[in-house]
Amino acid sequence: MSEVTTPVGDERLKAESFGAKLMKRPELGAIAGVILVVLFFLATADSSMFTLSGVMNFMTPAAQLGILAIGAAMLMIGGEFDLSIGSMVAFAGLFFAACVVNWGLPLVLAIPLTFVFAAMVGGVNGTIVIRSGLPSFIVTLAFLFILRGLSLVGLKLATGGSTQLRGVREAVEGDWLAPFFSGEAFGGLFAWLADAGLIETFKNGTPKVPGIPVEIIWFVIVALLATYVLLRTPVGNWIFASGGDRVAASNSGVPVNKVKVSLFMLTACCAAMVAIITVMDAGSTDARRGFQKEFEAIIAAVIGGCLLTGGYGSAIGAFFGSIIFGMVVIGLTYTNFDQDWFQVFLGGMLLIAVLFNNAIRKRVTGER
Amino acid sequence: MSEPIIHMDQIEKHFGNIIALAGVSFDVFPGECHCLLGDNGAGKSTFIKTMSGVHKPTSGQIFLEGKPMSFDSPRDAMEAGVATVYQDLAMIPLMSVTRNFFMGREPTKGWGIFKRFDTTRANEITMTEMAGMGIRLRSPDQAVGTLSGGERQTVAISRAVHFGAKVLILDEPTSALGVRQTSNVLATIDKVRKNGIGIVFITHNVRHAMAVGDRFTVLNRGKTHGTAKRGEIKAEELQDLMAGGQELAQLEGSLGGTI
Repeated sequence: MSEVTTPVGDERLKAESFGAKLMKRPELGAIAGVILVVLFFLATADSSMFTLSGVMNFMTPAAQLGILAIGAAMLMIGGEFDLSIGSMVAFAGLFFAACVVNWGLPLVLAIPLTFVFAAMVGGVNGTIVIRSGLPSFIVTLAFLFILRGLSLVGLKLATGGSTQLRGVREAVEGDWLAPFFSGEAFGGLFAWLADAGLIETFKNGTPKVPGIPVEIIWFVIVALLATYVLLRTPVGNWIFASGGDRVAASNSGVPVNKVKVSLFMLTACCAAMVAIITVMDAGSTDARRGFQKEFEAIIAAVIGGCLLTGGYGSAIGAFFGSIIFGMVVIGLTYTNFDQDWFQVFLGGMLLIAVLFNNAIRKRVTGER
Repeated sequence: MSEPIIHMDQIEKHFGNIIALAGVSFDVFPGECHCLLGDNGAGKSTFIKTMSGVHKPTSGQIFLEGKPMSFDSPRDAMEAGVATVYQDLAMIPLMSVTRNFFMGREPTKGWGIFKRFDTTRANEITMTEMAGMGIRLRSPDQAVGTLSGGERQTVAISRAVHFGAKVLILDEPTSALGVRQTSNVLATIDKVRKNGIGIVFITHNVRHAMAVGDRFTVLNRGKTHGTAKRGEIKAEELQDLMAGGQELAQLEGSLGGTI
């Protein structure tokens, strides 16, 4: 610009308070939710819930769900759904277990193969959605059943009739990659802390918490990576744009179809990661692995501020959404409430989150 | 005058047996605002879509800075410097002004897997460009949804200008705007023109055209009714040409000269 006019203040604009700015962050709802849930359990639950071992107790399921939820959140921001991720966990679990048990592959081959395999299934999912123009809801609902069924059939083939494939633990024992995907990390640090008397120990001196379960580490890494991609890379901008308005995005030169198919592949890879971790943890896999996780992951993403219509949300939100989830599932066992209240709690939270998100969206877009 | 940036020579466009354009010639010089007027169905949309690479002309030639050109896609045209701001503006209300501004063309820093969206620079550029157009943003993070229609139009225009448009095609930029917002957009057009960019301003509002236009071409039923320079033609004459003459004169009589 050759001439730059000094911008004049608009007298109709009120200065924005810090609170109002905060209201515009998509993850606000989830963080507020975490605070509420913590307060609730501080008041009602046994005090052992918030000891180190208690925290690990609820963070472990939160992390397993959270890795899925972050993938689901990114896909939702990109404007699509994947209802097949729960079944994908079972299917990838079967593939992984078959790799190590039936084919005797080392983890260094089995893990990348499982990811490639999952990405291919996700790619098929995504390609069908994009090519057919059908809502992803219906296409992935079909895959929810297809993959679940294939897992059952595959398990029977791999085991000769059983629906559980055992022997994973024995197969991966001693593999140098195993500690990255199973057990606890920072064992040495925790032993040292126990020696120093900084954390609780059993009578024999071993720490009550032997380390941080690896899934929690992966959960944090995935959340940080996803946030970085969303907020600090061109691809992140493309994801928001594809979900916000695919026509506008593609008119502006965003490769919308590629972005969407890649997101389907990514969610499938998140499912594969959860499958690898949980299968190695359990030492076996069965057809019910990941059952109904697709709904839980989407709920966590919505609690985390994702809009069902796409184009808005955050990975950090999904991170906190999953923690809320883990806290409620595990936390109720520390209280006198009947555990079956869990589902009521969940449904209620989902409803509140959706209403809240709608209000936020109106604020952001200035809709009246 | 220098040579035109874009010259459309005897463009014809047929869709099956329908003749949408029957030999339209049109050109734009640098720093000029050439208004293309026409009533609904006159062929305005088809013509700008041909100019911006969406349609290929059935016959006729397009010259860009004197050289014959053939655009295969809107992207082609954009890269050659022909930018179009459509009525839907290609903006996403939920995203910030900066993210919309650079959508699909994000500036990056770093390299390899560390290549990242340079948000600081993007925000700076957005703020300066917007200030240059006389729009004061609260912050570059402000969602486009909170901007008024006129402001959005201005964001879309300055985005096209920032990314090197030589010819800017504006598809009815004022049709959905209020009086004040319209004058803001017209002022923006004037600023852009002063930077040596040629503007094709499509409208069916004669008053808006008269306010900024240097030349006026009227399209009617796929043909041009000639091009007039500013000062050579009166608003009423343009109105008559657009509507095809007599009928409007009769209508106008019955409505008491209010159109």
